[in-house]
This record gives sequence, C-alpha cells and structure tokens, in this order.
Amino acid sequence: MARLYEYQGKQILKAAKVAVPQGEVASTPEEARDIAEKIAKPVAIKSQIWAGGRGKAGGIKFANTPREAEQMAKELLGSTIKNLTVEKVLVEERLDIEKEFYAGVIIDASREVRAPVVMFSTEGGVDIESVPSEKIAQMAVDVLRGFRYYDALNLAVRLRVPNQILQPIAQAILGLYQTFKNYNCRTAEINPLVLTKDGKIVAGDCRMAIDDSSVFRHPELGIEVARESPTPPTELDRIAWKIEESDLRGTCYIAQMAPDRKGLGYVGYHGIGGGGAILGVDALNRQGLKIANYADTSGNPTAAKVYRAAKVILSQPDIEGYMLGGFIVANQEQWHHAHGVVKALREEIPKRPGFPCVILLCGNKEKESMEILKEGTKDLPGRFEFYGSEKVYETDFLAKRMKALILEYRKDRGIKEE
Amino acid sequence: MAILIERNTTVLVQGITGREGSARAAFMKGYGTKVVAGVTPGRGGEEVSGIPVYNTVEEAIRAQGPIDASVTFVPGPALKEAVYEALDGGIKFIVMPVERVPLYDILEMLAYGKQKGAKLLGPGSIGIISPGVAAAGWLGGTPEFAKRVFVPGPVGVISRSGGQSGTVPWAIKEAGLGVSTVLHIGTEPVLGMSFADILPLFEKDPDTKAVAIFGEIGGPYEEEAAECVRKGEFTKPLVVYVAGAWAPEGMRFSHASSIIERGKGSAKDKIKSLKEAGVHVVDRPDEIAPTLKKLLS
Repeated sequence: MARLYEYQGKQILKAAKVAVPQGEVASTPEEARDIAEKIAKPVAIKSQIWAGGRGKAGGIKFANTPREAEQMAKELLGSTIKNLTVEKVLVEERLDIEKEFYAGVIIDASREVRAPVVMFSTEGGVDIESVPSEKIAQMAVDVLRGFRYYDALNLAVRLRVPNQILQPIAQAILGLYQTFKNYNCRTAEINPLVLTKDGKIVAGDCRMAIDDSSVFRHPELGIEVARESPTPPTELDRIAWKIEESDLRGTCYIAQMAPDRKGLGYVGYHGIGGGGAILGVDALNRQGLKIANYADTSGNPTAAKVYRAAKVILSQPDIEGYMLGGFIVANQEQWHHAHGVVKALREEIPKRPGFPCVILLCGNKEKESMEILKEGTKDLPGRFEFYGSEKVYETDFLAKRMKALILEYRKDRGIKEE
Repeated sequence: MAILIERNTTVLVQGITGREGSARAAFMKGYGTKVVAGVTPGRGGEEVSGIPVYNTVEEAIRAQGPIDASVTFVPGPALKEAVYEALDGGIKFIVMPVERVPLYDILEMLAYGKQKGAKLLGPGSIGIISPGVAAAGWLGGTPEFAKRVFVPGPVGVISRSGGQSGTVPWAIKEAGLGVSTVLHIGTEPVLGMSFADILPLFEKDPDTKAVAIFGEIGGPYEEEAAECVRKGEFTKPLVVYVAGAWAPEGMRFSHASSIIERGKGSAKDKIKSLKEAGVHVVDRPDEIAPTLKKLLS
C-alpha cells in the first residue's frame, strides 16, 4: 500500500471538513521556527515517519517558544527513529486532551462482507486491536448506497457518546469515510480523535494508505512508488516501480528483502508467479542461502519487461548467484521469459566470470524456451544449469544445486567456505 | 459434468481485439468453448478468429441472443465499466483476468453483481477450465498445452495462484489422476468468489470426488474453507497446501484489518483452522497429488 505521512493525511482530512490542529510541515529548523511563530501557541514537533509508537521512541517533542521549536526540530531532523530517517517534521498546536476516541475505515474481504467497514471506538490513542469488541461500533457499508451522516451518528450513539459532542464526532467519522472513498484508500484511521479541554473534536493523528491500483488517479499526492511496503522506497524499489508503471502488460514485482545485507550467501531471486515463487524462497532458506530480493514476473509480461526485471536483479553488486524460480507449469508462452532473461544474462555475466545461475522454466512452449536459453548463453563465462517441468516441484534439489554452484564460485574467487 | 461452465455455455469476450483478448479468444474457441461474440468499441463488424466483434454488449446480445458468460480482457482501470455493461446485458457469470483494478471499483462491481444475482470470478483470475468441456480465461494458454496439462478426472482444483492452477493439475496428471474443473480465484484484495463460494458447487457435482486447494497467506479465504467443511457444506475429501510460511509480517498485512480478521492471515493460523476442521493439510505442494491418490483409492 502506498502510505501517506501524517501531514499529508491531515491535509486531505481538512479538505473533507475534519478539524485538524493548526500546523504545517517543515524540512529545516528555520521553517519549524517560522511555523511556530505563526501558530503563536505551545507546539508539538512530530517526526514524519511510517511507524507507530513514535512518541515512546522519542519522535515527538514539545516546545513553548519558536526558539525551542527550532531547537527541537534540529534534534529530530536527520535523526533515526525506529530505523527510519526523519526528513520532515510536522509543527502543530499542542492539544489539551480531555478524552481520546478512535475512527477507522478498512476493507473487509471476507465472504459475507466484501465491503468497507467503518469503525468507531470510545477507546482511542491505543492500538485498536487491544480494545475489547464491546467498545467498538462498526458498520459494513453498501457502496451502492453509500455511508450517510446518520450512519455516523448511529455509531457514536451506540457507544453512548454525550449529546454535546455527538455531531462533531459524526462529522469527523463521515469526513474520514469520504476521504477514504475519494482518495481510494485501503485503510484510513484517525487515532486518536481528540476531545480537547475546550470541547473541540480534532484529529490528533492519522494513518492512511492509498490502494496501489488507484494511485494513478491521485497524481497530486506525489506518491513515488505505489507498492505495499513497511518502509519508504529503496533505490531498487524505485527502479522496479518505473518498470511496472510504464508497461501494463503482465506484472513485475521486485522487493528488496535485505537492504543492509552483509556477508555471503545472497541470491538474486527471480520468481515467476506469486504462488510458485515463494516455494523457491523456502527451499533456498533451507540451504542456508538468503534472497537479496524477491521478484515475480507473471501474468504473461512482455520479454522487454522480463529483461528489465532480470537486469535489475542481476545488477545487485553483492549477490553470489541468480535463480529463475519458475516453479509453475505456466499457461503463458514461456519464450518471452527466455528471451528477456537471455538478454540480461548476456549483458551481466561477462562482468562476473563463473557466476552461478540456476534456471527453472516450465510450461507452455517449454522446449522452444529451453533452446533459446541454451543457445543464448552457450558462449557466456557463467555456470548455468537449466531445468524444465520434470523438476517443477523439486525445490530442494534446485536449491542444493544453487548452493553447490555458489561454493564452486567461491573457490574461484579464493573465498573460504563459511 | 463440471461446475460453472458447460459445453453449451455461450461466452462473450470483452476486449477481444487486444493482445491477450485475441490470443485467448482463439484459445477458448480452439478448445471447444462456445465463444459467440466479442466486444471492442469502435471495432464492430470485424472478426477475430472467426468470432464476430460488436461495439457494445447490447449490440452483441441483439445479434446473438442471450449470452451466459463473459471474459473481460481489458485494462484494470476499465474493468468496472466492462463488468457493469455485462451485468446490464443480463450475463450471470463473469471471468475477470485483470489485475491492478482500483479497489473501490472492485467493491462497486461486486456489489452490483450481487444485486444482479451474478457470479464474478476474480479480479485477477486467470480463469476456469473443465477438461474436454470448455475454458473461460487464459488458464490453459493454448489448445495443445491445455490438452497436455489438464486431463479429465475426479479432482476439483481451486487455487489462489495463477501459475499453480496449471501446476497442480499437471502434478495430478503425473500421479495418474485427472481434474473435473480448475479455477483460479484471483489476486486482487477483494474477490468475487472465494473457496467457500466454490466448494458447495463441487459438493453438488457428481463427477468431482475430491478437491485440492492451493492456498496462500493473507486474507480470510482458507479459514472460510475450513468453516465450510465444519458446517457440512462440503463433505468430500479436501487436500490443502498453504504457501508463504516464510513471509515476513507487514509486507502485505495492514494494521487495521487485523481487527476484523483477528486470528486470520498467517500460514500457521490457516493450517490450524483447516486441521481442526478435519481437512488434509500437506506441508509441501508436491504432496498434494499423492495425498489425493491415497484418499481416492
């Protein structure tokens, strides 16, 4: 899912008439000071990172004066919190909290529902999973009918929200749902939804993720990589997404698995088909090998797309082998894969003599694909082994071959076995 | 016999003039499916592999009479429009081999399909095939390949992986068995038909003696299958493999969704819930076919 930062979420919530604290985002201590001056009240300086529990990890600080705000921002900007670098801080008025509520919208894929579910709880500010179900009111939305203002009122009434704050709370829930719908969110949460000491209902914090397949409808959000990921995009993620974005034919998915890898035993992994691809990873792990990346080219991609994926995988500097994990008897004509992989191997293998490649490709046009692979690599200085459908479920055998070739390759390079 | 598609099922191909649409229309027709019409706006009057092309679904139905099923070969952002059009044409079974469909579009088309009493397979389903009967989608690929991989027999196959919906039947064939109907339920975050929608159809099919499921992590589908067995809606032998035990958390699971799916999602939980229902869970995919063989002998 393409996640939004808190400040982005608050901007779009504000547009949907949900009250948010007065504030702005800053990238430098000076900007933070200027914003605090404008607010002219005690402020909170909040690190903009994709992680929960920022407060406890030291990612939220408070300041009484613009000068203090500048100092706090200086401490936070560039620091690392929960393994993430803080590049921006949100400077906003500090809330005097009377009580905290929760509002959220998720997608429920279960058979009886298959719809968005709006949730409201009188227990906010904590992990919603830890809240007992009798303190949560929820409603599955019929998307053809929509979610109405009185639906929001009913959720709040069910949990006995007092009359004087009933309408602003319903307005916040409705605004959250409208944001969820208009921005094609996969999830949207306001947590906590704050009742301030002076009686106002304000969104204290929010978490939002846009559905990957809907990102193209929202260029204004400036989402770089429309991919599910717990962390901001790495360089590999950016390259992989460019491949996908520019060509709708078939799927190319590449995810970096070990961004700070050290030592030996990493394999550039190129799977085919989401279900089969993960079988190979299991088997490699059993041999003590690790995948540097996870990848999947499937849905009958063009040879050009397969080439670009293979090229990205093979270009990783510290890998010791390449596995094409075609653990499927594919319906798609496999020669597109054969052509694409050969082109990438022809460009990359001469740079690394002896480099091991275990290639499994099965299914439609398998014989022709094998010929393309063998013919296209016969003059290359790598170690190649090719397998077809007779080995499609022989995951352990193939992982052992990968390991054996890697050990030979280490000998070439004078590396002692670990 | 088979489920959902039969020899006489009339099939429409939406997006028939595109790269996949034209290739797979030829496949379906070559395999013996009754493909009666195709639709591409602005291309009415042409033919693809001898199949007449119309500008709209309404025009196709006016010329050909009522149509039972549609296969949509259109880009993700255009799927909702295509599905609404098929539903308004009275089509009751739609196969959607389309990925990257905007989520809210999916929710709307599923809700509209439910209102119309139609069954929607996918989105992101590569299709359905009943050996020797018919195919809808691109499961099977080409007639020669489909004949080699899918041989008729007593096992129904349902998969969450497109590739494995070819591989499991191939392994079943290698074990000396065959398949009744094979379906891929799709890859998108919300699906029109899941295991629990399909198992009761296999229960009623006299030619299906057992079912194999290729499951994956995430979503509620395997647990729903277990529930289906627990409630007695499916009583035939069921063999299940769940892929992805190694997958790190957070790659696909969203935080808030865990509230509705408490205890659902991980391979461990899925396997537990299936085993408790008395389902045969295998540890490796190559054990699916031998296990079926043992259960059916």
